[in-house]
Amino acid sequence: MIKVNGVTHADYDPAQKLSVWLREGLLLTGTKIGCAIGVCGSCTVLVDGVARRSCKVLLKDVEGADILTIEGLAQPDGTLHPIQQAFLDTGAIQCGFCTPGMVMSAYALLAKTPRPTRAEIRQALKGNLCRCTGYQQIVDAVLLAAERMRP
Amino acid sequence: MNDKPAFRNDGVAKVTGRARYTDDLSLPGMLHAVPVYSELPRAKLVSIDAAEALHLPGVVAVITAQDIPGSIKFGQIIKDYPTLADEDVNSTGDVLALIVAQTRDQAIAAIPLVDINLEPRQPILNPEEAILPGAEILHPFHGSNLANYHRVRRGSVETGEAESDLIIEQEFTTSRIEHAYLEPESALAVPRPDGVMEVFGSMQHPFSTRRFVASTLGVELKDVEVKTVPMGGGFGGKDDTAALVCARAALCAWHLRRPVKITYSREWSLRESYKRHPYKINYRMGLTRDGLIRSVRVRMVADGGAYCSVTPWVTWRSTVQCCGCYEVPHVQADVYGVYTNNIFCGAMRGFGSPQVNFAIEQLVEMAAERLNLDEIEFRRRNMVRQDSTTVTGQVLDTHVVSLQQVMDVVLAEIDYSTKRRNCSMGDPNQSEWYGIGFAISYRGMSLGAEGTDFNSAILSVQPDGSVLLETGVHENGQGSESAMLLLATEQLGLPPERLRYRLPSTSNIPDGGTTVASRGTIMGGGAVVNAARILKDIIIEMVKKNSDHAVVSFANEELLDANGSRIMTWNDAIRLCYSHQIYPYAFSVFQAPQVTWDERTGQGNAYFTWVYGCQAVELKVDPKTGAVTLLNMVAAHDVGKAVNPALVKGQFYGGMAMGAGYGLMEECVCSEGKVVPANLHQYRIPRSTDLPEMTAIIVENPDPNSPSQAKGIGEPTNELMAPAIANAIFRATGKRYCEQPLRIKL
Ligand code: FES
Ligand code: FES
Repeated sequence: MIKVNGVTHADYDPAQKLSVWLREGLLLTGTKIGCAIGVCGSCTVLVDGVARRSCKVLLKDVEGADILTIEGLAQPDGTLHPIQQAFLDTGAIQCGFCTPGMVMSAYALLAKTPRPTRAEIRQALKGNLCRCTGYQQIVDAVLLAAERMRP
Repeated sequence: MNDKPAFRNDGVAKVTGRARYTDDLSLPGMLHAVPVYSELPRAKLVSIDAAEALHLPGVVAVITAQDIPGSIKFGQIIKDYPTLADEDVNSTGDVLALIVAQTRDQAIAAIPLVDINLEPRQPILNPEEAILPGAEILHPFHGSNLANYHRVRRGSVETGEAESDLIIEQEFTTSRIEHAYLEPESALAVPRPDGVMEVFGSMQHPFSTRRFVASTLGVELKDVEVKTVPMGGGFGGKDDTAALVCARAALCAWHLRRPVKITYSREWSLRESYKRHPYKINYRMGLTRDGLIRSVRVRMVADGGAYCSVTPWVTWRSTVQCCGCYEVPHVQADVYGVYTNNIFCGAMRGFGSPQVNFAIEQLVEMAAERLNLDEIEFRRRNMVRQDSTTVTGQVLDTHVVSLQQVMDVVLAEIDYSTKRRNCSMGDPNQSEWYGIGFAISYRGMSLGAEGTDFNSAILSVQPDGSVLLETGVHENGQGSESAMLLLATEQLGLPPERLRYRLPSTSNIPDGGTTVASRGTIMGGGAVVNAARILKDIIIEMVKKNSDHAVVSFANEELLDANGSRIMTWNDAIRLCYSHQIYPYAFSVFQAPQVTWDERTGQGNAYFTWVYGCQAVELKVDPKTGAVTLLNMVAAHDVGKAVNPALVKGQFYGGMAMGAGYGLMEECVCSEGKVVPANLHQYRIPRSTDLPEMTAIIVENPDPNSPSQAKGIGEPTNELMAPAIANAIFRATGKRYCEQPLRIKL
């Protein structure tokens, strides 16, 4: 059994890659594939709260786990998560192909480190490649989200 | 951070994962195709035996050149590229067959079972060898291994050298680099019941794609409809290869009468897609004692690889800008684009300028050094100014020449003069070497004499007053749709939510040319502004006839008279239009002003307007390992007018980052013609920790040549950071490095 965005699934091939299953089996195509060998971070999802590259994970390795993908981040009524909103407001999105993975890595960071420095943000996003933005506005976005998420 | 929140019409879709890129689409009955490559860079194709592959479960067909109903070869300038190789193999990126199967994995499993029989031939891998007299001709129909030759002849370099007190000579080399868009190529072709082949794909030029597809299928342009979906990055790299992938998907769909998708792995993308041209550049510069450049002699050789693509256009820009942004009275430039059996090269953000700037922006500093002048003063004495004449004889008098302005802004922001004194110059007593450097450029806007330059826009107001906008500009990820929408809202006095960008299709609007050369905003924006003017004239005329009021402006969803008083609301005006059978619909084009070019002398008004930029960098070098750490990067560019400031800054940052990668880390090595890096672990692009904090300074001198007053910015940002880094490394280490990427030898 694997839980994805709150929905439990029991019918799958344990030898399949998580990235492929999400995209082709569950049609959750927000998780992107940029390299398929674990170096670009486009396929990042949260497995029990930890950012993982889903192209390097087999379903048998996540039996019983709780998985969160980009599609599970906004409220059911469509209200964006503060990280998503901050990406929009700071201009952190260009082609958008890296965006889901970036947002998920940022989510994992802020869960652990609610007040990160710019250097800590860069460190946390090191595994997520972006060819469009030079990361500047992505770092801005994560910082802005951290501010907005403070109680 | 940005003052004004960014506007993006596609932002919510992208940040929620709902945006559908090509590979995210699937259709009932869809099949998957994969390519089979040549292992040799040059060969005769003797035979392909697919019998065994066809026996594998799920495999439906193996398609080869024999199955192409239309032309096997196509190309934007020279028709030399086979959609599938038929007799001659020219590159290890050549696709010999396509395997079509129920699933992608099944198709991939069949690749090793296709039996390919190739007869090896001697490849030519060095462009200098390819242009020696007597070299074997790689494309006999073309008659030469020169894809093109361009020149500039201005004044007399003999005279210029005679007038000079100092002559310096230097060779520079640049490497082949990969665009590394995060989304690999993907295409989905759907044979429609009405006989039209519909194509979705990750491509930056839908109209070029349509030409490739129609040529391959042997059908008319009306029989192919290319629709665009979000694209995961292009940077100039999703033209030819992306169009070929679309043509191949269409070919399979044509034969099997089912939807066919081809999605590239990163490995195939790196192997087959075209790169930025590696250049060898030899300069000889004549200078007077007081620091004036009198002459430049330059020879450039660009390795175009196996196919022409847009090599003649790329090298043409290098030719026009062969002396950088400096006034030089005597110039002799010879620029060659050469065929070899390496992976082919084509458009990449910068388009022939990053190579030249890498060289010239170091050369001017080497000259200043020899003359005991500081590098700022030397540039000031030679740079183009208002009413200067360029090396191709163009007088810069139609717009504000802001080169000194952008340079001064950057140097002040980074505090260059103070920090310059702290540079290490390889001091053996320091444990860390510090350096600061900068570079400046000018850049001709849009295509220039490279191609027909126009774009079109349609504004169609619906009966409820909402507006559909469509342009011939393609969204590459840079936010061009958002910029077009903002321009339209500004013109019509409507809030963005009253407008929608219509899904562009090649069957609905005239070919607007490719979204390359940073021409999206200037050309598409020009068309939007022109269409808005026509639309407003329709409405003004109608209001005048029916109410005798003269509308002079449109603001806040209202039509206003000369006193700024409301005549009627926008919605009422539109209702009135429809009730009088006047349709608030406007189509317009923006045609770039005429440019001129004489191939023989390399003289002419090459571009209708120019942009100016400066970038600077601080860095440190570890004297023990040679490792470079970037500390700070600053850029200023004159963008004419910033339509969407946050997104304009995004272009600055992205361009600086890519330029830093070019300077320090990127090189797509070819061995025996084959691209060596297989995936992104071997082709490294900058990560968040490789880059410093950056500052983007927007300079705005509205351009009268552009109806929207805006100029392009995608490319200028990507042509300066590598030479700025080279100059900073010189001031850190005391040594010049003339090969890109810069590798410090201790
Ligand atoms: S696709 Fe998983 S890391 Fe690149
Ligand atoms: S926005 Fe294009 S790769 Fe990050």
